[in-house]
Order: sequence, then C-alpha cells, then structure tokens
Amino acid sequence: MDEALLRSLTPGVLGILVRRGADFAAAEDAVQDALVEAVRVWPADPPRDPKGWLVTVAWRRFLDATRADASRRRREDLVDEEPPPGPAPSADDTLQLYFLCAHPSLTPSSAVALTLRAVGGLTTRQIAEAYLVPEATMAQRISRAKRTVSGVRFDRPGDVATVLRVLYLVFNEGYSGDVDLAAEAVRLTRQLAAAIDHPEVSGLLALILLHHARRAGRTAPDGSLVPLAEQDRGLWDMRAIAEGVVILQSALARDRLGAFQVQAAIAALHADALTAEETDWVQIVEWYDELVRIADSPVVRLNRAVAVGEADGPRAGLAALASLDPALPRHAAVAAHLHERDGDPRTAARLYAEAARTASNLAERDHLTRQAARLNALLRG
Amino acid sequence: MAKYLLLKHYRGAPAPVDGTPMDQWTQEEISAHLRYMNDFAARLEKSGEFVDSQALAPEGTWVQYGGEGRPPVTDGPFAETKDLIAGWMVIDVDSYERAVELAGELSAAPGAGGKPIHEWLELRPFYGVQPTVTE
Repeated sequence: MDEALLRSLTPGVLGILVRRGADFAAAEDAVQDALVEAVRVWPADPPRDPKGWLVTVAWRRFLDATRADASRRRREDLVDEEPPPGPAPSADDTLQLYFLCAHPSLTPSSAVALTLRAVGGLTTRQIAEAYLVPEATMAQRISRAKRTVSGVRFDRPGDVATVLRVLYLVFNEGYSGDVDLAAEAVRLTRQLAAAIDHPEVSGLLALILLHHARRAGRTAPDGSLVPLAEQDRGLWDMRAIAEGVVILQSALARDRLGAFQVQAAIAALHADALTAEETDWVQIVEWYDELVRIADSPVVRLNRAVAVGEADGPRAGLAALASLDPALPRHAAVAAHLHERDGDPRTAARLYAEAARTASNLAERDHLTRQAARLNALLRG
Repeated sequence: MAKYLLLKHYRGAPAPVDGTPMDQWTQEEISAHLRYMNDFAARLEKSGEFVDSQALAPEGTWVQYGGEGRPPVTDGPFAETKDLIAGWMVIDVDSYERAVELAGELSAAPGAGGKPIHEWLELRPFYGVQPTVTE
C-alpha cells in the first residue's frame, strides 16, 4: 500500500466532497472510511483511477451517513447534484481546503492542526506526536476546529495571508515525532504554489526553502546552536538554495512586493555568500528598510539593527538599537554582541547572561550562557 | 502552541484568601474541590489545550552522589522546606494571556465553605525548541 499516494490524494478527495455540499466534519469522516477501505481492497485489486475510486467510495459513505440522520429530501437533492463520473480537477478543491483550514475563526493552533490533518493527510497520532501533546487532546483540538468551520461555505476566496501565516507556523515548529514538520510545510507550500499564482506564496516557498537548506549547519552534533557566521557552509543544501533563489527571482520580477519576498531576499543574501565575511550586509540593510516600510514591527527593527551593526559598525548598530524597548526578546543578546564587537567585554558578558535568563528555548539559552562564560573567562585573564 | 506549567505549592506561595488547611474541610468541600480540578482538566482536553497533570506527595527525599563505591546519600525529608510542590498541570495554549486566564480559573477551585480559595499558582513557560533563526 502506497501511503504517500493516499496522503497526496486525501485533500483533493475531501475538497470534492465539501464542494459538492458535504458538511466538512461529515466529509472528513467519509474520506477516512474510504481510506480504510482502500487499505483493505487495493492490495488485491488496485484501481485504475485511485482518486476517482476514493471519491466514489467516500461519497457513498457520506450519503449513507446522511441517509441515517438527514431528511429524505436533502438526500435526494444531493444525489441530483452529483456530477457525472470522470476525472475531476483537483487543484481548486485542494486550494479551498487550504482557505477553510486557515479560516480566521480558528485559533492558530487549531488552524495548524486542521491543515496538517485535512490538507497534509497526517493522522491525528502523527500530529499529536509532532506537538508533544496526548493523542486525545489533539483529537479534540481537531474536532473542535472541524465544528468551528462546519458552517463556513466555500463561496468566498479566502485570505491568502492567513493561509501563508499558518504554513509558516507549521514550518517554524521544531518538534518532530514521526513527521518532520518543516519538510511537511515545504511540501504543503509547494502544493499551494502549484495551485495558486501569487507572488507572496512564492515568497514564502522561497523563504522556507532557503531556511530549510541551512538546517544541517545550524546545530552541532551535540545539539548546540551554531551561529550563522560559524556555520559550515558545506553542510548547506545548495540545490534547495538554488531553487529558492530562482523562485524568489521570478516572484520579485512581478513587482508585487510582500513581507515574505523581502525576508526571502534577506535569506538569499545570506545563503549566497561563500563565507560569512562575504555577506552583503549593505544590501541586507536595504531590504530591512523595505521590510520596515511594508511590515513594521519591533522584531523587524531589532533584526535591522543587527544588519546595521554589520554594515556600518557596532556603534551604528547600538544607535539603531537605542530606540527599541529593551524588554524585546533577543534585545539583550543583540546588545551583547554589539558591545563585544565594540570592545566592551564587561558589558557584553553581563548582557549575554541577562539574555540567557530570558531565552525562549534551551539551545539559545545554552548558547548565550556559553558566550557569557567565554567573556568572563577572558576578563579573569 | 506554547506549553506552560501550572504549579501548585504546598507552602511557599503567598497566602490565599481562605487559608483553611484541606484537612479541616468537610468531605463535600473536598469532593467539590477535586471535582472542579477534574472538570477543569476534562474541559481543557476537549478544547485541545491539555497536556498532563499530576499530584505529588508532600514528602520527598533529597539524594546526592555519595562518592566512588559508596551508596547515595539521602537525607530528609526536610520538614522546614518552604516550597513543596503539590502538583502540576501542563497546558498547551495559543498565548500567554490564555495561560493566565486558565491559571486564574484553576485558582478559583472551591475550598472551605464552597467559595473559591483564590489559591496562588505559579505559571512557568516551557523552553521550546529552536524556531527559525531570523538573521
């Protein structure tokens, strides 16, 4: 049984049922039934058209279920509406699922879970493992999400930005059980990019390809964090970087700039440099200025201050930092780095230790603690 | 999508509004209190925000490596320890605000006289793993 094939067909089948008027939760149940049936029947009797087979079986299951609890009239209407058999276009239906699963009425965690389930075709257990919560909790999260979107109709094109935010959330989840969520996000974003012609979708795809390409260099074998400047660039996936750059260039050529394209451009400039010293920081600052214009936030300004520090020296970086709230996450870490480069290891050591206390994850905390310890050892002579 | 630990303390937390020790509550008051906690956990499981919950015995033992070829050193329980952990609940929620809201609800568990005990709970975020590095 080809599990990958089943997984890739699931969203399309689900989308067709929902477009035909099936309630989302009922459609999902019917599709799950059809998948179970496929696992049972296909090994001995493989269908010529797997997707058509799944649609037929799932639709029958849905009608059976509807028959049990809905009025006869409703059932007859649905049967009347059933389109003649034949190949169905899949892209549009899958696309609708992306919008439904990222519906603004859902909380971010529900939207992510529903997307992984309905569009990604992952099992509840796989999603629960990826997020380190009990399977029962994840099952309830998903069924609540299904109930929330059950009344939502497919008559309006959704908000692309919301879908992209959900996919980026999936990508940024570092947990992995059975499933590599970053790779899953790349797969789903690729699928979306194939279905929809939108420069920001390409921007997101380029961005996560570029980030993903550098993953192997980001941590040492013992799990500790390796700063960008010290990463072994030989570990970077050059094919993924090349692909990301090509996708980004064609998106930029359309002259409809968005935040994901800009972030991808910054990532591309990092990926492009053969050594850390060759990084084109001046151009990176220019892209950050662009990002401040279209999507200003304290975090963007903090990252810009880092780039300014590299392009124009630590004093300029500290000046850029001065206007920002010191309570910002990573503010102390950035300040520490700039003070060290400015020749003030005492202040830098204190700030690294402070940054370690407020770090949001272990790898970062340990990295910052080591930085503080390194400078303190230096100061002791 | 961030995990928080709701930590209950036997001692060491600021005094609650009604500090009557649990062993002086009525049977019904104790049952109502436990039911409240269980219902709270069940509700969070339904909302997809529950991760784990356990209660801990008040008495613990300190253990220390005793040196090469020697058994571990144990001492205690330390009766004077000011900060004993009574139990915990782990939740997985969308925001810090939601975590505070839920901790507030849990703190409203009924105590003596059936009124909320306004228990102090310690709310601590879990360390996550490395998200995408923003360079």
